Amino acid sequence: MRHLLSTEDLSLSDAVRILDTAEEMAAVGEREVKKLPTLRGRTVVNLFFEDSTRTRISFEAAAKRLSADVINFAAKGSSVSKGESLKDTAQTLSAMGADAVVIRHWASGAPHRLAATDWIDAAVINAGDGTHEHPTQALLDAFTMRRHWSKLAGTPSAGADLTGMRVAIAGDVLHSRVARSNVWLLRTLGAEVTLVAPPTLLPIGVEKWPCTVSYDLDETLAKGVDAMMMLRVQGERMNASFFPTTREYSRRWGFDDNRLRALDGLGLKDTIIMHPGPMNRGLEISSAAADSPRSTVLAQVRNGVSIRMAALYLLLSGDTREPAAHAGTTRFHSAENTSAHAPKESH
Amino acid sequence: MASQQQDAGTGAYLIRGAAILGGAPEDLLIRDGIIAARGQNLSADGSGVRNATVIEAAGLVALPGMVDIHTHLREPGREDAETVETGTRAAALGGYTAVHAMANSTPVADTAGVVEQVLTLGRTAGWVDVRPVGAVTVGLAGEQLAELGAMADSRAHVRVFSDDGICVHDPVLMRRALEYVKAFDGVVAQHAQEPRLTAGAQMNEGEVSAVLGLTGWPAVAEESIIARDVLLAQHVGSRLHVCHVSTAGSVEIIRWAKSRGVNVTAEVTPHHLWLTDELARSYDPVYKVNPPLRTDADVQALRAALADGTIDVVGTDHAPHPSEHKECEWAQAAMGMTGLETALSVVQHTMIETGLMGWADFARVTSTAPAAIGRLEDQGRPLDAGEPANVTLVDPAARWTVDPSKMATMGRNSPFAGRELPGKVVATFFKGHPTVLDGKLNTPYRWLPETSDPAGNTGTAAAGRS
Repeated sequence: MRHLLSTEDLSLSDAVRILDTAEEMAAVGEREVKKLPTLRGRTVVNLFFEDSTRTRISFEAAAKRLSADVINFAAKGSSVSKGESLKDTAQTLSAMGADAVVIRHWASGAPHRLAATDWIDAAVINAGDGTHEHPTQALLDAFTMRRHWSKLAGTPSAGADLTGMRVAIAGDVLHSRVARSNVWLLRTLGAEVTLVAPPTLLPIGVEKWPCTVSYDLDETLAKGVDAMMMLRVQGERMNASFFPTTREYSRRWGFDDNRLRALDGLGLKDTIIMHPGPMNRGLEISSAAADSPRSTVLAQVRNGVSIRMAALYLLLSGDTREPAAHAGTTRFHSAENTSAHAPKESH
Repeated sequence: MASQQQDAGTGAYLIRGAAILGGAPEDLLIRDGIIAARGQNLSADGSGVRNATVIEAAGLVALPGMVDIHTHLREPGREDAETVETGTRAAALGGYTAVHAMANSTPVADTAGVVEQVLTLGRTAGWVDVRPVGAVTVGLAGEQLAELGAMADSRAHVRVFSDDGICVHDPVLMRRALEYVKAFDGVVAQHAQEPRLTAGAQMNEGEVSAVLGLTGWPAVAEESIIARDVLLAQHVGSRLHVCHVSTAGSVEIIRWAKSRGVNVTAEVTPHHLWLTDELARSYDPVYKVNPPLRTDADVQALRAALADGTIDVVGTDHAPHPSEHKECEWAQAAMGMTGLETALSVVQHTMIETGLMGWADFARVTSTAPAAIGRLEDQGRPLDAGEPANVTLVDPAARWTVDPSKMATMGRNSPFAGRELPGKVVATFFKGHPTVLDGKLNTPYRWLPETSDPAGNTGTAAAGRS
């Protein structure tokens, strides 16, 4: 792996390797000193063209736990808002010696542009691009699901996939990079995915995706679900006629108290409720559901740091797993690593 | 091909052994701006041939000079993207002898003054006949008709009107425009794009856009406007031209309209005959264009429609952009591709080498039919004695690799960069003057401003020298 741009082209072995590495990173987070020297002397830039405090601080915490130097570059209040191009920004970061760029961008494909051009020679991690992908979110979701699934099976997480797990993802699929990344990654890991949404919030072409599509949340639950993931829905979508009112949306596609009770009635005692955050309580998810013991919302946040540590570690320490203590800790070593990867991979 | 140095004394050219429209080899004698003679072994009979520059054309195909119904020359206003001079150099190198310059310049070509300026720039350049297209509405704003009559009566003699880049979406305004241009045998060339269905659209809506998370440009946004417009054209008995048809559904609607006798013509671009939306997976904005690249099923339908005459012409929609408008995020990038210097090769690759068309058909769709739509009387003519000498010589066996940095257009945004294409323009004669020789730019034709008539139809002006 040279970059982490999408889950669509992530192989099963790379996906499992990231998840397994994240398990090791999670152990670090439970120590008193939550820090590894692995990326000492390496520079990670958080390049955010879109506000996202939670994703940015998650990446920042991950990089700092690996001892990397972190530069936060927010588009607002910087030269970007004065009309500087992505190309110039990238070349500027390159000149400053960035080893990895974590990019969040409102435009789908912006991370691909950074990776495919010669504007910058750094590892690129997609931290969410437009309505395209958000691979680290899908990985942390899969990590959360895998822990749950393995615990139920009484087997260790490491090395496991999600074969046989039934995952329903409900909400604004059309505008969701989280849904896209989850569909591809869950397919790769062997889970069975059902997308649930009003027809207006499903993309034309969704019928070709490796999943089932339903317009009916209750029917989907009745068929049995092991993980129920709710997607954030913007209330303003009703102004563009994607649905009539937020109340109607909530009644038909929201995870409300009735549906929370229905899980018990259906005998789905081990079903977890997931949400990538930030939540619209009372719209796509009720407070009772968000705060119930089934909810993994906070575990997802915690696991996000582990996944991002794993991604940074694997991209910046080279393709071959090395013992963390021996991984490139000097600038000199890092320069070697970089040049070894100089030819761009196509994605 | 071997050509001697241009003989400054006579301005006569003997093209020896060219396959005319791909047929049997014949000679063409070009003199005084016209084809003076056509036949076998013209050199043998002697008359008038003696001082002609001989062009050995064995293996070459002779075609009527190509006419582009859809070109963006960007001047006035965006001389950083293209000028009339650079754009028409590209046109000549691409085998063209006439181009229709679209109206979306700055200022918009919506008055007699602007279209006459573009006409003058074209004549000053002298590489091809530049025929300005007039805007349908003032400032392309879609609110009020521009002075179509004034543009028609101007020295630019405008016959094609278009808000291209923007759809004349108001049905009443479209109806009035179609009706009004009947007064001077004009045609409205519609950019068919329902604006509400394409707000923020980035690429074809379908399987690929679903994966890429790019806002879709649905086929129905094009097809619904075409369906409306052919019915309007029928209702008011007017002439309609549909720009850059891009979908299989549009083809069906146009085929249906033609079967009902609607006076509609349609155009397809070279890129829509070949490329598909799969290319957007790269997120490289060189593949961003409006209308967008569609699916392979659409490509096949467009090829079949061009072959069977449902689509009348190939128009390049040559749209040069400065590099900074393409070296960016997809959503930020400008829409459009260059096309003048690759059109012939792409049509040869997609239509001729596939066996769908011959060179005579090629002449129809790239010269005869577009000249007829634009009412250009001295273009798209047969290659016969007495006809204006607008002639393109093509080497169909040549192969070349597209390198945008070597093109005459200022635009570097060719979607064919790096591809090997068949067919090369060897020479272009514009009004009997070689603007291109040996595949390289020669010298422009020099108009005599005093004697050239408004329509440029008589070819009385003398060809100039370098």
